[in-house]
Amino acid sequence: MSKSVMLTIDRIKCDGRGLCAELLPELIRLDDWGYPIIASGTVPDHLLPLAQRAVDDCPVLALALRRAERKQ
Amino acid sequence: MTRLLGTADDRLPLARVDGRLIETIHQAGLVGRGGAGFSTAIKWRAVAERSRRNAVIVVNGAEGEPRSQKDRLLMATRPHLILDGAFIAARVLKARRIVLYIGEAHESARQAMLRALGQRDEPERGLVSFAAAPARYVAGAEMAAIHFLNEGIATPTTTAPYPFERGVDGAPTLVQNVETLARVALIARGTPADTALLTLAGAVRQPGVVEVPFGTTLGEAVRLGGGATEAPRGVLVGGYFGSWMEPGEAWPAALGQLRLGCGVIGVLPASRCPVCETAGIMRYLASESSAQCGPCFFGLRALADASSHIAERGSSADDLRRLQRWATDVRGRGACKHPDGAVMFLASALTVFANEFAQHEAHDAREVRRSA
Repeated sequence: MSKSVMLTIDRIKCDGRGLCAELLPELIRLDDWGYPIIASGTVPDHLLPLAQRAVDDCPVLALALRRAERKQ
Repeated sequence: MTRLLGTADDRLPLARVDGRLIETIHQAGLVGRGGAGFSTAIKWRAVAERSRRNAVIVVNGAEGEPRSQKDRLLMATRPHLILDGAFIAARVLKARRIVLYIGEAHESARQAMLRALGQRDEPERGLVSFAAAPARYVAGAEMAAIHFLNEGIATPTTTAPYPFERGVDGAPTLVQNVETLARVALIARGTPADTALLTLAGAVRQPGVVEVPFGTTLGEAVRLGGGATEAPRGVLVGGYFGSWMEPGEAWPAALGQLRLGCGVIGVLPASRCPVCETAGIMRYLASESSAQCGPCFFGLRALADASSHIAERGSSADDLRRLQRWATDVRGRGACKHPDGAVMFLASALTVFANEFAQHEAHDAREVRRSA
């Protein structure tokens, strides 16, 4: 079983600093007001290190990596 | 057929209930009547699994939806039935506390609930306390109710934890609309939950609350309110979080086939401008954002501005493109469902009133502001 994780965001914490979109443009873009729009689905393995870095560098700790919920 | 309205608010001895009632509720197909339409049985099961005789029942009578009247009417006329539903929930879910969360403006509803509670016996009566829900649109949302009861702030919070995991006082919590609880009480007495309470609003001869079986069509329901006052241009099903429908599609649709939300049916007459009406509602929804999440606070404001531009200055291809793009961008990006409800409402307006939005001429700004 592969590790399937997804990026989640605490919308109340998020301040729209935009660092995550700089670090991980493959999965995150900013809307017209500077708030992140995250691509749906799980994070591909080759992007995991970058995703982890975006999580670690979020200045307000709004971004997180969570194990994907498996629908049965 | 009336089950809730127009019948005496009789007090029967509380039905003997246990966990099996949840299966009965499931069989009855009961869904929440506050707006979200979520399965009541699933909600109860989640609380039942976690309750260690410490669950909390929040009886939700906030009714912050501007046109909705049915919850306050039900509280004013069937308070005992609602209390029965709450006490049944407390027994089945092994709750130690019930909070009646009633909109601060709904004075006669609160009085009636208070009076009915005074006629009840211990130990049930001792479980109950009252809380006044602030008169804001989001105050009736589950997470906002819990936030208010815990910290005095009626804004939604981030999930998880969900109410059934950690709600009021950190205990498993059921937040349930008053009509839904009244239905539970009827189901426990063996009466089917096969009617809906609707609030008829807008261009209807006798606006107000009607009770109708689910097999009823929207057209028949509106005729119960005397019918439309003039030729309608659109029907808003489910209040401000609902969807516009073409009258021709709306009238033959059976209630059971529709997402009724909070049950508000708004009839827009052909003499009113649907663009101005939609813009007015968008401004309201933007102003009711709890301003916690950027995409909701900025996004709804931008959508309200763009639709108001079209209303006031006439159609522009740029504004229309922005509306489409932002409505897609904003969806699903708040801690609560407020932005989702608003953009779904807008999306339905852009579909049903596509011609009006594309060919709108500038309207007098005062006329625009007056609408909604």
